[in-house]
Amino acid sequence: MTAATAEPKTDRKIRVVVAKPGLDGHDRGAKIIARALRDSGMEVIYTGLHQTPEQIVETVIQEDADAIGVSILSGAHMTLVPKILELLEAEGIDDVLITVGGTIPNKDIDDLKAMGVSGVFTPGAPTDDIVEFIRSGVKDREL
Amino acid sequence: MEPSSTPATGTAKSDAARKAEEAAEKEFTTMSGKPIKARYGPEDLAGDAEVKIGEPGQYPFTRGPYESMYRGRNWTMRQFAGFGTVEETNERFHYLLDHGQTGLSTAFDMPTLMGYDSDHARSLGEVGREGVAVDTIDDMEILFQGIPLGEVSTSMTINAPAAILLAFYVLVGEQQGVSSEKLSGTIQTDILKEYIAQKEWCFPVEPAMRLVTDMVEYCTEHMPRWHPISISGYHIREAGATAAQELAFTLKDGFTYVERAIERGIDVDAFAPRLSFFFNAHIDFFEEIAKYRAARRIWARELKETYGAKKPESMRLRFHTQTAGVSLTAQQPLNNIVRTAIEALAGVLGGTQSLHTNSFDEALALPTEEAVRVALRTQQIIAEETGVTNTPDPLGGSYFVESLTDEMEAEAYAYFDKIDELGGMVEAVRQNFPQREIGEAAFDFQRRVDDGEFTIVGVNQYVTEEEDVPLLHIDPALETKQVERLAATKAKRDSAEVETALAALKEAAAGQANLMYPILDAARVHTTEGEMIEAMQEVFGTYTETPVF
Repeated sequence: MTAATAEPKTDRKIRVVVAKPGLDGHDRGAKIIARALRDSGMEVIYTGLHQTPEQIVETVIQEDADAIGVSILSGAHMTLVPKILELLEAEGIDDVLITVGGTIPNKDIDDLKAMGVSGVFTPGAPTDDIVEFIRSGVKDREL
Repeated sequence: MEPSSTPATGTAKSDAARKAEEAAEKEFTTMSGKPIKARYGPEDLAGDAEVKIGEPGQYPFTRGPYESMYRGRNWTMRQFAGFGTVEETNERFHYLLDHGQTGLSTAFDMPTLMGYDSDHARSLGEVGREGVAVDTIDDMEILFQGIPLGEVSTSMTINAPAAILLAFYVLVGEQQGVSSEKLSGTIQTDILKEYIAQKEWCFPVEPAMRLVTDMVEYCTEHMPRWHPISISGYHIREAGATAAQELAFTLKDGFTYVERAIERGIDVDAFAPRLSFFFNAHIDFFEEIAKYRAARRIWARELKETYGAKKPESMRLRFHTQTAGVSLTAQQPLNNIVRTAIEALAGVLGGTQSLHTNSFDEALALPTEEAVRVALRTQQIIAEETGVTNTPDPLGGSYFVESLTDEMEAEAYAYFDKIDELGGMVEAVRQNFPQREIGEAAFDFQRRVDDGEFTIVGVNQYVTEEEDVPLLHIDPALETKQVERLAATKAKRDSAEVETALAALKEAAAGQANLMYPILDAARVHTTEGEMIEAMQEVFGTYTETPVF
């Protein structure tokens, strides 16, 4: 998709998919972020728990999302995130801001960023920083 | 600072007066937001204080379940362990026992908790990540190799598929020549808190409750030394609940299991002594201690007065404690050693029967051996150096602690009333009531942290540059190894026997029979966990949450 063919996104609310892949049930962070993004005026689609990468990408397409926040605390981030990126690429989606949050060691953060993840947030990250990161990240992409 | 060369004007207040005024205006609260008064005194003890506080080892057990407490016997030091394949975890078990640990505690991986075999598509990338993978009795046999099951007590943290894992354990005991009557330990089985907080489920609520009751019935008849349910507040708290919510929802879950077992026709005094609890130890020291003391008093009263228990053992609440994983920070991880020590001390002063202390690196990854050793040493220092074990309930009678205990109790009863209005806990869970309350509390707490109202050292105060600590790395090849072992088991077993066992399990699920027996039969012929779960799901269906945020 390009800015020329797509409906102008600037006038509408930022649409974010908050996604919970994997089998773990740690949804405290995902729900706090979902609510903070909604309170800041964004449209938030929370996928619920135990989603496969396929289900998540399907949601991103259906909801025409501007950004995706993937929450992983199961240690499976190096399997699941690349899978999501691969599926997005296969669908020709390259204008969605990708962020990841969870228990992610520093070494893996660098690897995830190299793969195309824009931001990685670990425990202790202030909610406002995450909201602002998504807001400015989505704006930058529209320019 | 400037030297005080400028003379104070007549209208300016002295420093001391201004500080006193500020202190009077400042609101002091517990971590859960409960207001704390400037001082507590005799007027804060309720009229019937002596009866409510009582004596250690006597009804209502506010001061502890046993008369001598740690003078008689220390708590069980029980570090939760499990990662990779059964071989690695078996090695960690031996390591912990060699270092003075007194009980085992098994963490299973996410696929095992959700009832998926290691070769299932949904298990990809998750096998052995957050715990150990167990698919069949063959895995369980290796997991406990060289560990005499008649001598150690084992805790297994598994809920939706608990009956299957218990069956594996019973059969491994049989292989070692230890009958089920002699096995001692705990299996979590607390399915209500799964729907509320931890979110690892296999079936809808009602059939899941039936399976729990089947296990309670089986254990009452065949496993007198086993705890069939560990009623857990830990995960409720980790999901963001306040201390009072943890207390209220956990006890209400407990009452619900008691009601189900009584409805089944089991005598309350035959099973209630085998119920145990599992609470969180968070960082607000006195609030936690008050929570444990209130829990014992409420449980004792309700078991006696509402459920008609006659034996003191049925009224006596005993619990395991784990320090708060959620209080650990990824920033300046060594600070977590201090947090864990303080939380563990709260558990001990609250009268815990067993304790897990978290490792300092767990906000980053599963713990390394060194980090686990420091965590165990923390318990040993509390037990053997500090002297806090010298007398039971050393804080008993403290105006502040007793008053806080009363407040916790009152808050819990207010929640019981709300839940009863909704039609009981199962119905409240279906309506997302506890889920919503916890979500609100979690969001509120995060706001307080973001606003700097609540200090977290190294996170929103005293922030410094990060230094890397060495982390445990789990080799992705372990997943392949586990999948291969599963394939080998499937190749060598008699598939006709497996088919027959699964058909029998389905038939039992469709009827009223106790499911433990067909599960044991299926486990014996090497049926996998996933196959048994799928067979039951064909009858029971599955569960999907309607998420609220």
